[in-house]
Amino acid sequence: MADTPLLQVEDLAVHFRLPLPVAERAMGRKPKVLKAVDGVSFAIGKGVTLSVVGESGCGKSTVARLIAGLYRPTRGRVAIDGHDVTAARDRTRAIRRRLTMIFQDPQASLNPRWRVRDIIAEPIRAFGIAGDARETSRQVDGLLEQVGLAGADGEKYPHEFSGGQRQRISIARALASKPDLILCDEPTSALDVSVQAQILNLMRDLQDELGLTYLFISHDLAVVHHMSDRIAVMYLGRFVEVAEAAALFASPQHPYTRLLLETIPDLGMTKRDREAVAGEVPSPIDPPGGCAFHPRCPHADERCRTERPDLRPSQSGAGGGAVACHAVEEGRLPPAPAGEAADG
Amino acid sequence: MNGGAARALLDVRDLKVGLPTRRGPLAILNGVDLHVKEGEVLGVVGESGAGKSITGLAVIGLLEPPARIDGGEVWFDGARIDGLSGDELRRIRGARIGVIFQDPLTSLNPLYTIGFQLTETIRTHMDLGADAAEKRAVELLDEVGIPAAASRLGAYPHEFSGGMRQRVVIALALCANPRLIIADEPTTALDVSIQAQIIGVLKRLCREHGTAVMLITHDMGVIAETADRVAVMYAGRVIEDGTVAEVVRNASHPYSHGLMGSIPTIGARIGRLPQIRGSMPRVGAVPAGCAFAPRCPEVRDLCRAERPVMMDGKATSAACWQYSPRWSDTAAAAGGAAADG
Repeated sequence: MADTPLLQVEDLAVHFRLPLPVAERAMGRKPKVLKAVDGVSFAIGKGVTLSVVGESGCGKSTVARLIAGLYRPTRGRVAIDGHDVTAARDRTRAIRRRLTMIFQDPQASLNPRWRVRDIIAEPIRAFGIAGDARETSRQVDGLLEQVGLAGADGEKYPHEFSGGQRQRISIARALASKPDLILCDEPTSALDVSVQAQILNLMRDLQDELGLTYLFISHDLAVVHHMSDRIAVMYLGRFVEVAEAAALFASPQHPYTRLLLETIPDLGMTKRDREAVAGEVPSPIDPPGGCAFHPRCPHADERCRTERPDLRPSQSGAGGGAVACHAVEEGRLPPAPAGEAADG
Repeated sequence: MNGGAARALLDVRDLKVGLPTRRGPLAILNGVDLHVKEGEVLGVVGESGAGKSITGLAVIGLLEPPARIDGGEVWFDGARIDGLSGDELRRIRGARIGVIFQDPLTSLNPLYTIGFQLTETIRTHMDLGADAAEKRAVELLDEVGIPAAASRLGAYPHEFSGGMRQRVVIALALCANPRLIIADEPTTALDVSIQAQIIGVLKRLCREHGTAVMLITHDMGVIAETADRVAVMYAGRVIEDGTVAEVVRNASHPYSHGLMGSIPTIGARIGRLPQIRGSMPRVGAVPAGCAFAPRCPEVRDLCRAERPVMMDGKATSAACWQYSPRWSDTAAAAGGAAADG
């Protein structure tokens, strides 16, 4: 571990106030509050991939957006390479250059009226990275080739490309400002598997080449397993488990992590019957008290219903794992199901 | 391939679907062959644009005009059903073939209660009185795992969560005890833990009722867990057909093989995912010969010249020249797409 992690997040939270109908406001009702992210802490060292997994509505994309500065956090602190950037005014150009984002839908995140060349050149111009127009153009060509496109593709418009190629353009744009940290919000969820494999391979190659750090947001555990060094499992605005990737899959601790691992359809499980866990993710507007997972948890007891568990280092914490679960802490959880063999 | 077809409930033969355009017809399906046996779950997989949903829609006569069936035959339960009139088809749909679509909100009318939509469907297809229909509606909701079913009859679709709505849609599809259910991406809009529940419900009900399922999805994981047999589609054709285990572990066609390899799995963490170069040709730009030839690591001259038919592959049947006696006569093409590794 380096002395200063590249990205450090402490107790980050954002609460959205939901608009209330006029009648209810007149009656003096308090607006409801949606706690999209409610106290999340983590750090990512340089060159490492941390993934955040969870089901829709758990707040994983909001975490990425908070770090990107797209929302103002209600509380907490974000630091990049030791510089506090929680407040917008602290996000200097020098800092903003170092952090970029790749979105899920390249169709929506690329301007349809701009040529690809201009889309990729924009960060270069905005941050004054290239001296002149010719240097800008040279860098754009270099970026296009780096992501597996040809320099001539720069003259085209986004709609002339397939989904996978468009995501390559997004990646080229994200690389244009020579960032250290890339926030990847479901970068392959809109793609077909064979194209997904190309993009995932490209992202890993770029990481090796440029020493990039990724915060990888995904709902797909298999993809996350493939990409990550560390994984954080998120449920209703909070991390419930954080662990090294291999450790998480080999011995999942939190009951929710176990449920997720249990439910992903996998190629190896032909015609297998399994116990689907009942229940659904509750609404984050009115989350259950105590541990948010208790209504679905087979191991919940009185304490789980009333007291919210904090993320604590797990005793089997070989990989520096941490779990937020009373049952794990008290040791009343059955040992983790024999997971797939951990591989080095 | 379906020469003897012992008891194919659904038999699709050389189905062609086209879209007339100003520049001539655009072929969307280029001759699809597949069959579903009684009580069997057939998985239809492929990437977006392969034609899997169109196949499902063409079978039940729900093609959106101007798309139309340009050739081939669809046989259901011993009778030919392509070319039937709208009325005749309507009698088959719902009663004998149930349909489940990806987004439950599009299959449910937001203005009517769940109970009304169920009883209406039941009474359309079965000779039941109002009370009996309502009783059956409650039974169905119970079967698909909606808690306190009797009290939910008066609820509107928006009052249900996504997973619960999809359960209602399954109940609707099962209303009249159909022999076949066509499920088009039934779990794609759902979260994994809910997806597992829905697949569980679908599997259990079809086993109990002996209903055959044509499960259309892009998610190989779902197919692996659910289907008995798989048909892999590529550029408007079925290019491989075999049992699930064989297609997943021992695919004959280079495309299926590459597709299975490119799926990240848990357990085997590898440095790079094997990838297939390029992407599927667009509709209207499908090359002559084998549609996969431009991306295929094994390509030979023969592949570019002639389109392969289904042949016996390793343990499945595949539309690939490798399994033809003519393969050894043709020279390996110079400059064929190299395997990406």
